[in-house]
Amino acid sequence: MAWFKKEKQPIAPTPEEARVVRTEGLFTKCPQCSRALWKKDLEDNLGVCTKCSYHFRISARRRLELLFDEGRYTEYGSDLFSPDPLGFHDKRAYADRLQEARRTTGLNDAVINAAGQLSGRKVLVCAMESNFISGSMGCVVGEMITLAVEKAVEDQTPLVIISASGGARMHEGTFSLMQMAKICSALARLDRLRIPYVSILTDPTTGGVTASFAMLGDLNIAEPGALIGFAGPRVIEQTIRQKLPKGFQRSEFLMERGMLDAIVDRRQIKDFLTRSLCFFCDR
Amino acid sequence: MNNSDPKAQIELLQKRIRELESNIDSDSSEEKIKQLRQEMGLLQAERDKLDSIWKKTQLARHEKRPYTLDYIHRIFSDFQEIHGDRRFADDPAIICGMAHFEGRQVMVIGHQKGRDLKERQYRNFGCANPEGYRKALRVMKMAEKYQRPLITLVDTPGAYPSIGAEERGQAEAIALNIREMAALTIPILVVVIGEGGSGGALGIAVGDRILMLENSFYSVISPEGCSAILWKDQEHMREAAQALKITAEDLLSFGLIDEVVPEPENGAHADHDAAAEILKNHLRRHLEDLLAIDVETRLNERYRKFRSMGVIESRAPVAAGR
Repeated sequence: MAWFKKEKQPIAPTPEEARVVRTEGLFTKCPQCSRALWKKDLEDNLGVCTKCSYHFRISARRRLELLFDEGRYTEYGSDLFSPDPLGFHDKRAYADRLQEARRTTGLNDAVINAAGQLSGRKVLVCAMESNFISGSMGCVVGEMITLAVEKAVEDQTPLVIISASGGARMHEGTFSLMQMAKICSALARLDRLRIPYVSILTDPTTGGVTASFAMLGDLNIAEPGALIGFAGPRVIEQTIRQKLPKGFQRSEFLMERGMLDAIVDRRQIKDFLTRSLCFFCDR
Repeated sequence: MNNSDPKAQIELLQKRIRELESNIDSDSSEEKIKQLRQEMGLLQAERDKLDSIWKKTQLARHEKRPYTLDYIHRIFSDFQEIHGDRRFADDPAIICGMAHFEGRQVMVIGHQKGRDLKERQYRNFGCANPEGYRKALRVMKMAEKYQRPLITLVDTPGAYPSIGAEERGQAEAIALNIREMAALTIPILVVVIGEGGSGGALGIAVGDRILMLENSFYSVISPEGCSAILWKDQEHMREAAQALKITAEDLLSFGLIDEVVPEPENGAHADHDAAAEILKNHLRRHLEDLLAIDVETRLNERYRKFRSMGVIESRAPVAAGR
């Protein structure tokens, strides 16, 4: 028999849920340096890791806010809408994919056309949204970027295109392929009229987007560490049956091979644009 | 359109019909059989269509199909090949050269595939490297300088995906070609003679007239690639080929090309001479048309041609973004 009698009930163990500190949604892990980052900090730092400067992907809207003075701009062409020209159907109907992408992004397709002031100068910016079916280019993206180029020609206004795309959109077949020719035809006019065009390549820019407008800027600049290429890494690996070297098709690799004019940290892009547009436009 | 495997469905329907037939007891089951037969007919028709489209894509890649040089020797005279991009190398997957077309000086550019294993390797299966596109651009500019019309023959599975090609700027080479071709002041005739493989095809395929041979195709991605990405396997090439709508007939109906050039009865591979003769007649007619138009009008029309490609509607976005 025990000398002391327990009179109190033992303290009930804390329920499983209460033991965990609720941090989901508050922190995110940097894929490069593996450190936990407070989301608010990350956002204040324009989506760049505060420790190792890894560039997270950010939305098209956020990009526009970062570039334009006071984050203010007007949109045009946002009403354009893909009617699914081929009635395309794989495991899932393309129409469903479109619907879902429209719901999650609040956009009609994978690009936003914006006009506004950048350091007091009027510019046109197209920003691609990589969350919309991998930012792929179908008829609507082709049309909107062509509209922007034509507007740049008409208003004699500098053009900036921020690419983030897996390439031409398979679901619109050969129509998508021809958007490359459509945009490039307009860019040929822009080029002849000596209206500045700066292409900003962000993670990822591949396929038909790289093989058309993204590589045709007066300046082609990229964010650090962005995947940029013509063929996707997997396709190359399968074709040549070799492991790809480390850093292959990343911004740094492209610059080393002479394919980029500069790699610019996201936090300096506005400044870079301001200076280059001064160089191009100011008399 | 039904999504699951039509072959399995046809078999299922056949089985059910047999079951019903084995014990016909009333009028209703006869009615039922009729209905099932009809359903099966539709499915079979779909299956046949799939097969015929697939057959076309296979014809476009037929190993006996006439390649660029086969047409050059039959349609043009005094062909003199021009090599090298003056930057890095000569790419045997793209052939460029000066030639006479019915007494007129023209420039010819085309992808070249190989006939036997050795030549196939030499030509890299018609998959060009950046040097090929840069050579083509150099030659196009020369044609423009001397105001000679340009004829391009497209026949490639796609631009070559390799480490070297990426290092030397495959994307940039193609992009530049597309933009510059849009502005070349000379008449440009483009013919897809076999495979029109995506950007690798488009890199020499911007022009005033785009023709396609009856059994050729022109696509944003190969049916195999599409199957691998969207179906995540290699089994659905036929479905992909159909879904992508890549035949000459389809593309003509979309307004993406100007004309379908017929082939001899059993396909171009059966009779190279006849195929070349038909193509020659088409080239002559289009070239005469183009030469009759002044430069400015021609360039404006070329611009409008590509400008109008695409199907778009207008509708307000679901959620206003900001």
